[in-house]
Amino acid sequence: MPEITREEVAHLARLARLALDDSELDVLAGQLDVILGAVAQIAEVTDAADVPPTSHAVPLVNVTRPDAVVPSLPREKVLAGAPAAEDGRFRVPRILDDSA
Amino acid sequence: MTAVPYDEALAEFEPVIGLETHVELGTASKMFCGCATEFGAEPNTQVCPVCLGLPGALPVVNETAIESTIRIGLALHCDIATWCRFARKNYFYPDMPKNFQTSQYDEPLCTDGYLDVLVAGETVRIPIERVHLEEDTGKSLHVGGATGRIHGASHSLVDYNRAGIPLVEIVTKPVTGTGTMPAEVAKAYVTELRDVLRGLGVSDVKMEQGSLRCDVNVSLNRPGQEWGTRSETKNVNSLRSVERAVRSEVERQAFRLRAGERIVQETRHFHEDTGMSTSGRSKEEATDYRYFPEPDLVPIAPDPVWVATLKDALPEAPSVRRLMLTKELGLSDNDSEAMVNAGVLDVVLATVEAGTSATEARNWWLGHLAQSANTAGVDAADLPITPAQVARVVALVNAGTLTAGLARQVVDGVLAGEGEPDAVVVSRGLAVVSDEGALAAAVDEAIAADPDAAEKVRSGKVAAAGALVGKVMKATRGQADASVARRLVLERLGVTADLS
Ligand SMILES: [Zn+2]
Repeated sequence: MPEITREEVAHLARLARLALDDSELDVLAGQLDVILGAVAQIAEVTDAADVPPTSHAVPLVNVTRPDAVVPSLPREKVLAGAPAAEDGRFRVPRILDDSA
Repeated sequence: MTAVPYDEALAEFEPVIGLETHVELGTASKMFCGCATEFGAEPNTQVCPVCLGLPGALPVVNETAIESTIRIGLALHCDIATWCRFARKNYFYPDMPKNFQTSQYDEPLCTDGYLDVLVAGETVRIPIERVHLEEDTGKSLHVGGATGRIHGASHSLVDYNRAGIPLVEIVTKPVTGTGTMPAEVAKAYVTELRDVLRGLGVSDVKMEQGSLRCDVNVSLNRPGQEWGTRSETKNVNSLRSVERAVRSEVERQAFRLRAGERIVQETRHFHEDTGMSTSGRSKEEATDYRYFPEPDLVPIAPDPVWVATLKDALPEAPSVRRLMLTKELGLSDNDSEAMVNAGVLDVVLATVEAGTSATEARNWWLGHLAQSANTAGVDAADLPITPAQVARVVALVNAGTLTAGLARQVVDGVLAGEGEPDAVVVSRGLAVVSDEGALAAAVDEAIAADPDAAEKVRSGKVAAAGALVGKVMKATRGQADASVARRLVLERLGVTADLS
């Protein structure tokens, strides 16, 4: 069975910007193991039946639209949901730590 | 000194280069929503729930973006996928509101092509790995630090107008065998690629506005040894800088390798002002993007029949048009290559098409306009003047309305945003003055100011009239019709004008 390590969970958590403490890492490692085991079971069945992996539930291709401009949102509405705004722009905390 | 001179470095090491070029397509609307794509609009006025990544918003693919990408792939002799998917590239950055970029991963629209470029009279074939379609990010303005740099900023302000504009990424395979000219080859490739894209009409390819951007990969190895570790220099935003970025990286890496050091695999940032790059993100921070197929977009399956019609309708490649230019217009190979190197081939052709001779177009684009571009630090083709406007100035010169000097002033006016050539002639008062009444006073003043010259002319030394004509030209700020001024000077001094 898949064995996901605490280090792997910690790595994924870091990529997803989730702050997990040690006990949470243990719990999630176990849960992820169960989930990956379930997926592996499906893979066993589909491999045996030679079913290609599916990424979409509908048998459609080429759903497109013509290159036409439609009105955008008014800026007040755009910025209404921003935690902070300045000069018509979204204001975000500094991007780099200056220790870098 | 922390660099080995370029030529010396390349005598000792073999370069391997790679280029990733991002092209903003010139579609009217964005990649997955109907927001406009106009450059320079007020911040956050061209955004909607889709391109802001608001919950529940669903993307729909812009069909023109697909078509443009396939046309680019065809022009680069690529295979076109018969079935492919978009993928999510997951990472966090404030300029990307969805927290993932919709891109393509292992199923690009176009693969395995090439582009031939001319370097120092030789054709070099640049192999193309892939051409795929993705979306651009927003733009950040860094506040509180020095000169807008991200380092030392207290906070940043983000404009999402650019987020979601269709972006095509064109990736070369590693290019070997460039010998002593990796920088020249890199520049020639980007120049040629830009001409191809402009010819296709899929993008305005303005490097200074960021609609064409380059990342440059460089590694060095000693002959016969394995390829070295490569660095990736980002943020290379002019043709000149493509060359400078490769050159400075060759010089830097050669210094390290000679000193027995290792090259660190890293991302470097190029600075237009210094022509140097600085170290950016290093390997330990390198991101794991966790790509997976985009569930909100169904696959793209281009109909091969449609692709064939797109292929048949492709315009002539710039290399073919260049041959035509050289042969039919009687320009020399040197001129032709000079135009390619300056990136002005297409604008020269367009200027000829707008009615000038090949020589006139050449002289403007390799002369005054090239100088103006150099002064402004942009590529000549990106100057704010159109081939039609250049052709109009040429027509005004040929009609006798402008002298060569006045024509340059008119062009400067157009470049300064003063409007069309005819409007600049009027607003700056630049037309040639051939009206005799208007010139008479200047002629009299010139004669009064230089009695010696006047006397010589009276005594038959007609050549001395040149000094007087020069004074008239100066007094009229170059606007006098020189032949009329000369005739008036001679008449006034009792010499029969000889206009032959
Ligand atoms: Zn939008």
